[in-house]
Amino acid sequence: MNDKPVNHRAWFMVLPVVALVAFSAALPLMTVVNYSVQDTFGNNQFFWAGADWFEKTLTDPRIHNAFLRQILFSSIILAIEVPLGVFIALNMPKKGVWASACLILMALPLLIPWNVVGTIWQIFGRVDIGLLGRTLAGLGIDYNYTQNPIDAWVTIIVMDVWHWTSLVALLAYAGLRSIPDAYYQAAKIDQASRWAVFRYIELPKMKGVLLIAILLRFMDSFMIYTEPFVVTGGGPGNSTTLLSIDLVKMALGQFDLGPAAAFSIIYFLVILLLSWVFYTVMTAEDAKESKR
Amino acid sequence: MTEAVAARPTLALPGLRVSRSGIVCALYILFLMLPIYWLVNMSFKTNEEILSSFTLWPRQPTLRNYAVIFTDPSWYMGYVNSIIYVVMNTAISITVALPAAYAFSRYRFLGDKHLFFWLLTNRMAPPAVFALPFFQLYSSIGLFDTHIAIALAHCLFNVPLAVWILEGFMRGVPREIDETAFIDGYSWPRFFVRIFMPLIASGIGVAAFFCFMFSWVELLLSRTLASTEAKSIAATMTRTVSASGLDWGVLAAAGVLTIIPGALVIYFVRNYIAKGFALGRV
Repeated sequence: MNDKPVNHRAWFMVLPVVALVAFSAALPLMTVVNYSVQDTFGNNQFFWAGADWFEKTLTDPRIHNAFLRQILFSSIILAIEVPLGVFIALNMPKKGVWASACLILMALPLLIPWNVVGTIWQIFGRVDIGLLGRTLAGLGIDYNYTQNPIDAWVTIIVMDVWHWTSLVALLAYAGLRSIPDAYYQAAKIDQASRWAVFRYIELPKMKGVLLIAILLRFMDSFMIYTEPFVVTGGGPGNSTTLLSIDLVKMALGQFDLGPAAAFSIIYFLVILLLSWVFYTVMTAEDAKESKR
Repeated sequence: MTEAVAARPTLALPGLRVSRSGIVCALYILFLMLPIYWLVNMSFKTNEEILSSFTLWPRQPTLRNYAVIFTDPSWYMGYVNSIIYVVMNTAISITVALPAAYAFSRYRFLGDKHLFFWLLTNRMAPPAVFALPFFQLYSSIGLFDTHIAIALAHCLFNVPLAVWILEGFMRGVPREIDETAFIDGYSWPRFFVRIFMPLIASGIGVAAFFCFMFSWVELLLSRTLASTEAKSIAATMTRTVSASGLDWGVLAAAGVLTIIPGALVIYFVRNYIAKGFALGRV
């Protein structure tokens, strides 16, 4: 990494990217900053509002609740998807036709458009026409995701597990495949238990990819919008209104520019912090890689 | 690993030996396939059958739902519009990302790390934050409801994605190749197109695939930036739900059709899926 030559003219190569991303990211963000410090009575007349919107946003129980729901959602899906993904990866066939078949079938949910994921689960879970809803009703379980908040939560969590566990599994699988056979042979000679093999050989070797998986899943779940929006629309009531859904309601539904902008900036800062953690982990992994 | 698998207990069914790993895998895949099966199943049913009876496979299989989509412009134009802006976006993203990824993988320059980090933050940025400003930006320059507006908006996350993935592939190519080519008298553009791009062809393919995918699956921005002329299939599908015609059969058929592009190429990208999602870092 560090033996690359210094060449400032490389800037010409990145210039198109910088221009494009500045247009589609920096410019819109500046409008957001602009709105976040102003208030309006309509007619495009704005006046300075200082930090008012930020104070309101930071003390608004509606946003607190959305934030708490978001943290709860992200924690639950991580707690399920990571162990389950690792468990699946450990049980996947290593080579041959079955390995390919497994990879393809597992990757399928990852490539389904997000709104269709929502549609699939909306149909699957409905009590009147869905396989899941009908079966649960047949078993005498009172399940209705459009009316009961707990059922709505269970539905969006199972949906996310369905959608994304394969990603954790595929990443863990990639980590597992990089372990040389000699390690397992050594463990066998030492008569190591299955648990010891996992704890002292497989887990340390998977650490890097697992970190990436956890951070990716955390960040992507933190900005999830489409799937819960299609299934529950944030309801019943506000029970599944996660951060992005709430922000879109505020910005495009009610056109509350000031509060929505302040909310956006706070939201973006949280993402920025998470991205920085992600970036640090990535570069540390790269450094380790190049030392080998 | 083969030894470890063999040492694990196996369930001996009469005439059939199934390992425990096989069962775990099979159960998981069953869990993944059930909802998809239900969608496909439903897309071949008539609405009467969907609403009045509960059948595990279509009793009167019908292609009516697909026929509706292929004959009604408000449905099939959704696909056409989506494909137009997705292809535009993929072409733009890959074109600008190629030289940038080369610069990041080969040179150090002023602010390179900051720039690389800034790109990452855009990949991670919630589209919800950008929906409103994009709407105002593209309305004010007269691009609202055009394909290029959605294509440009999707560059927000696809350009960084392409840069990161391509950089991951490019760093695997030894620098000696570049140097030898320059000594042989290749100019940079000629070297890049003739020698370097074929070397990372699989990387370009993977990056293009993921740009295609992420633009294809995005709903919020494409819905915000279009009303009629450039309305995407994702927006068409959600509006059908809310407009409450609730034609479940057609909705299911539309869903099946949107899965097809991913399902078609899945075989070719199967070994790169983890790499692509992890931004080329696995």
